[in-house]
Amino acid sequence: MATAKFDIKSYAGFKPITLLCLVILYAPLVVVTIYSFNASKSITVWEGLSLRWYADVFVGPESEKFKLAARNSFVIAIIAATVSTSIATLAATAMVRGGRFRLRTLSFGLISLPLMVPEIVTAVATLIFFNAIGFDRGLLTILLAHIAFCIPFAYLPISARMQGIEDSFEQAAMDLYATKRQAFTRILLPLMMPGIISGFLLAFIVSLDDFIITNFVKGAGVETLPTAIFGSVKQGLKPNIMAISTMLLSVSVVMVTISYFVSKSDNTK
Amino acid sequence: MAGGAASGGSALTDTYAESRNWLLMPAWVVLLILSLAPVAMMLIYSFLTKEFRGGVIWEFSLAAYDQFFFDRGLFGDEPPVIEWTYIQIFWRSIWQAGAATILSLVIGFPTAYFIATRPEKVRPMWVFLITIPYWVNLLIRTVSMKFLLRDQGPLNDFLIGTGLIDSPIHIVNTNFAVQLGLFYSYLPFMVLPIYAAVERYNFTLSEAAADLYATKWVTLRRILLPAVKPGVIAGCILVFVPSLGSFLAPDLLGGAKNFMIGSLIEEQFKGNAGNWPFGAAASMILLSMVLILLMLFSRQQAKTQASEG
Repeated sequence: MATAKFDIKSYAGFKPITLLCLVILYAPLVVVTIYSFNASKSITVWEGLSLRWYADVFVGPESEKFKLAARNSFVIAIIAATVSTSIATLAATAMVRGGRFRLRTLSFGLISLPLMVPEIVTAVATLIFFNAIGFDRGLLTILLAHIAFCIPFAYLPISARMQGIEDSFEQAAMDLYATKRQAFTRILLPLMMPGIISGFLLAFIVSLDDFIITNFVKGAGVETLPTAIFGSVKQGLKPNIMAISTMLLSVSVVMVTISYFVSKSDNTK
Repeated sequence: MAGGAASGGSALTDTYAESRNWLLMPAWVVLLILSLAPVAMMLIYSFLTKEFRGGVIWEFSLAAYDQFFFDRGLFGDEPPVIEWTYIQIFWRSIWQAGAATILSLVIGFPTAYFIATRPEKVRPMWVFLITIPYWVNLLIRTVSMKFLLRDQGPLNDFLIGTGLIDSPIHIVNTNFAVQLGLFYSYLPFMVLPIYAAVERYNFTLSEAAADLYATKWVTLRRILLPAVKPGVIAGCILVFVPSLGSFLAPDLLGGAKNFMIGSLIEEQFKGNAGNWPFGAAASMILLSMVLILLMLFSRQQAKTQASEG
């Protein structure tokens, strides 16, 4: 047995770079969060802690615009995540529990298509499509586009979860005279739940955060939070945008954290 | 599970084989209509004639592609010469995306390696820390980057405060700012596949090399790196591809001078240019580039898998 002359696994410098990586990833977000509590009217000068810009988001001159945009964003995200998660759950069942079939590779390609096509191309293509079939742009076009590109984000955690579940549970249920439908709804579905919740939350964030596709398929005057923020930023960075960004950022972080702990909780089975 | 072969966790069974068509139907319908049909329609639009202000006339034309590659003079009657404007924009995009990819590799590889060599219990926590920023809105992250990098921004304040520099460094509206923005947007995509590859790597190989008097760096370069190459390539693709078509980083961090493909396409549909067939053609060229890259990549992955048995 050779005794290690040194630790072959560790390299000097890799740890500082990892810490640097974390600083790079978090610094911009932390800085914006801190400055969103700035009392100053200017984004440059720090004048002490205050919640005035948060108040401004809710009661300030632009509050109506932001409230409407936030409502649009959340309604679209909830519906898009629900629909895409349902579609993805059924598709994952077919892909993981459907045996080997001819269209399997093609189906997988179709499901991952929204991940492979650059977002700006999806945006342009969807705009052209709605235009060609004479579909008026508005909230509905945003919703339909979101459902399509949320499917792979919901699909991946769901199918990963199902691949980890042995089919002996469903087989046992069916040996005890459960129908296939019962085995699915009473055994497989509950076992898949952590994956489904994860998938739903990721789809929800992806929809809530999307800017590029929404920007192309939204109708005139219809805004979601990201498009409203973009419109404001183009006129110059103002403190109220930092407050609203911090709130949206927090929603994403909370959602991802829940998703992480939900999918982690059952790895101990 | 089918014995030890399922160690990868892929337990494919056929419990619901006879209902699979019904189960897949919704996904097929939605994606065919909302994902595939739009791309097909875009392809058709790229061969149509432009209407004066947006939209198209249904008349076959190669004008969009012709405009992209050839210059026929102001009145279109001169002999065609190669039009460099748009090729240059594509070339700049490739260069910007490439620089961002190399930057993420330099930071991402050591990070992924470091995380993969932590005790098994803490690894998921590290991975989680790396992924959180990815899930924060890309627009907000890009705006945050712009805020941080401004001439009077916190980064310059910090550098002046520590005495490292005397006057602010001008970063925003440069190529470098765009590269930083792209790097920042997709860095987690570099870390994750490399992490997965290093985690699977069998370190007894490195030990064997060390026993044969290879130095650590030789071991890293000649033993580990070839073994984790597919992960490194996957990371590079995952950063390069979205960077290439990016619109937000060049728009917010690059200013008017640092146009990329994404901005060119946007101009045709939302901006003043209003040439839909040309925008569709530019999108098709971008999409073809990406698909060729992905095809080369999947062929390379298949080759590696085959050689692993």
